Amino acid sequence: MIEFSHVSKSFGEKEVLNDLTFRIEKGEIFTFIGPSGTGKTTILRLINVLELPTSGSILIERKDTRVSERDKVALRRRMSVVFQKPAALRGSVFQNVALGLKFRNTPSNEIRHLVTEALNLVGLEGYEERKATTLSGGELQRVAIARALVTKPEILLLDEPTANLDPASTERIESLILSLSERFGTTIILSTHDMVQGQRLATRIAVILNRTLGQVGDSHQIFYQPRNREVARMVGVENIFDGTVVSNDEGLAIIDVKGTPIVASCPYSAGSPVTVYMRPEDIIFFVEKDGKSSARNELPGKITRVTPMGPNMKVRMDAGISLVAVITRRSYDELGLSKGISVYASFKATAIHVVKSDE
Amino acid sequence: MNEIVDGFIQAVELIVSLDPEVLEITARSLLISLAATGIAALIAIPIGGYIHFREFGGKRGLVTIIQTLYALPTVIAGLFVFLLLSRVGPLGFLGLLFTPWGMVIGQTVLVIPLLVGMTLIALSGVKKTIQDEVISLGATSSQTIWTIVKEARFAILGGVILGFGRAISEVGAAMIIGGNIRGYTRVLTTAIALETSMGNIAFSIALGIILLAIALLVTTALFLVQER
Repeated sequence: MIEFSHVSKSFGEKEVLNDLTFRIEKGEIFTFIGPSGTGKTTILRLINVLELPTSGSILIERKDTRVSERDKVALRRRMSVVFQKPAALRGSVFQNVALGLKFRNTPSNEIRHLVTEALNLVGLEGYEERKATTLSGGELQRVAIARALVTKPEILLLDEPTANLDPASTERIESLILSLSERFGTTIILSTHDMVQGQRLATRIAVILNRTLGQVGDSHQIFYQPRNREVARMVGVENIFDGTVVSNDEGLAIIDVKGTPIVASCPYSAGSPVTVYMRPEDIIFFVEKDGKSSARNELPGKITRVTPMGPNMKVRMDAGISLVAVITRRSYDELGLSKGISVYASFKATAIHVVKSDE
Repeated sequence: MNEIVDGFIQAVELIVSLDPEVLEITARSLLISLAATGIAALIAIPIGGYIHFREFGGKRGLVTIIQTLYALPTVIAGLFVFLLLSRVGPLGFLGLLFTPWGMVIGQTVLVIPLLVGMTLIALSGVKKTIQDEVISLGATSSQTIWTIVKEARFAILGGVILGFGRAISEVGAAMIIGGNIRGYTRVLTTAIALETSMGNIAFSIALGIILLAIALLVTTALFLVQER
């Protein structure tokens, strides 16, 4: 439905996006994740034809976005945007939500009905006559979403839709996004810096790093099979090691990482230089050698640092290589762990993602 | 000294007793300046909108010229329109010289630059994010311009009020184009100028008080609008 090919965008001397190529399919929830200031907003503005690419092309339903002003309006009327910091126009909430319908010359009795419906969807029933410029940030965000939905867009673009919202409103907006996708087949494109939100919502995720595409894939691919170090760091894969395959027995390889052998499933033959990636959540600890577990790896070592993270604990240990694990506070307490204690770190061969290094 | 105090007392009497000539001059002043401001607004706001929303060569230069014309001397505007409307001028056939409509034209010319400038300031006061929001909601170019102008309506209205203030208080154009004909083109400012030179102090002071009251009203209205 939306096709970027070799799209770059500069504002004056400053390049914001560099050589992006990807496709967004109809009905998908497609999420851009990446640190702030990496061009996610610009991508959404390009799709909305508020900007044109400096080079490369963007096709929306096979139509190039470099068209006459009139055709741009026609393209824009098939989609809606909720900006990261939505702007309220003077006047009531009703007038704000009705704006897109007014532009499309919708009859006024229909407008009243549709606006009420949209406000109900975002949980702002009865807000019609409020002054839009006096709303709180969260309320304005929801008005902006209602304003975007009221025109029943085929494509909904959301720029950090829940960045300014409390957890309850965030949940409400997320379930709204999912139900729009299910009920109307709306193609939803959103940007977020919240990894977990990306995972909760997205059919596919694109990681934007250093002004370009780091990786595109479903959430399993992005979170468990990062393509490179930068993507891995971005999505919270904290254990990244370079090593060499020592042997490979029908897909079960032994990889030497600075003298520590790690068993991992991968297709690469002995002698291949590789990088191994492992999520901190995939490591569990035993105080005594377990042996019974199905995990192929059991490395002895000492805990070097413990950082509480809400209900979880981040535990660093020195096992020849420096491992980072995230375990629940409950299991941390039950195991009686603390800094300086000797433990075994256990993880499965399948929990490790192995990528052949570039020679 | 006594003369001035007497003048004041008589002036208040003239106003309180609703002297027909004072009323007539005041009404004419208001009508002419309101008409001029209204016409100027109809011309200047679209021009301001066009300049704001379109990119073209010489835009900066044009804006500078407009800003210079804020201070256009009223007698120059008067002279310009006089030449235009005089029997030998290009619009002489209209026969508008020394008529109220001629004065309206003069004041319109005077107010337009100020009003275009105020419109430009008002429109650039509307945040870029509002414009993005409007465009992305599917507005055509003309819908966008109209919506942004509406968004800036209070600031533009402030400009209109200022323009009215300039129109009603000017004397140069009114004198040159209107000719200060009693009962026909005599307005507050031209009447004050004439009556004062004729030693008719009380009448002048009465008209002066009224003019000041109108100015006060205008300023109050401006303040209220800018509070919005």
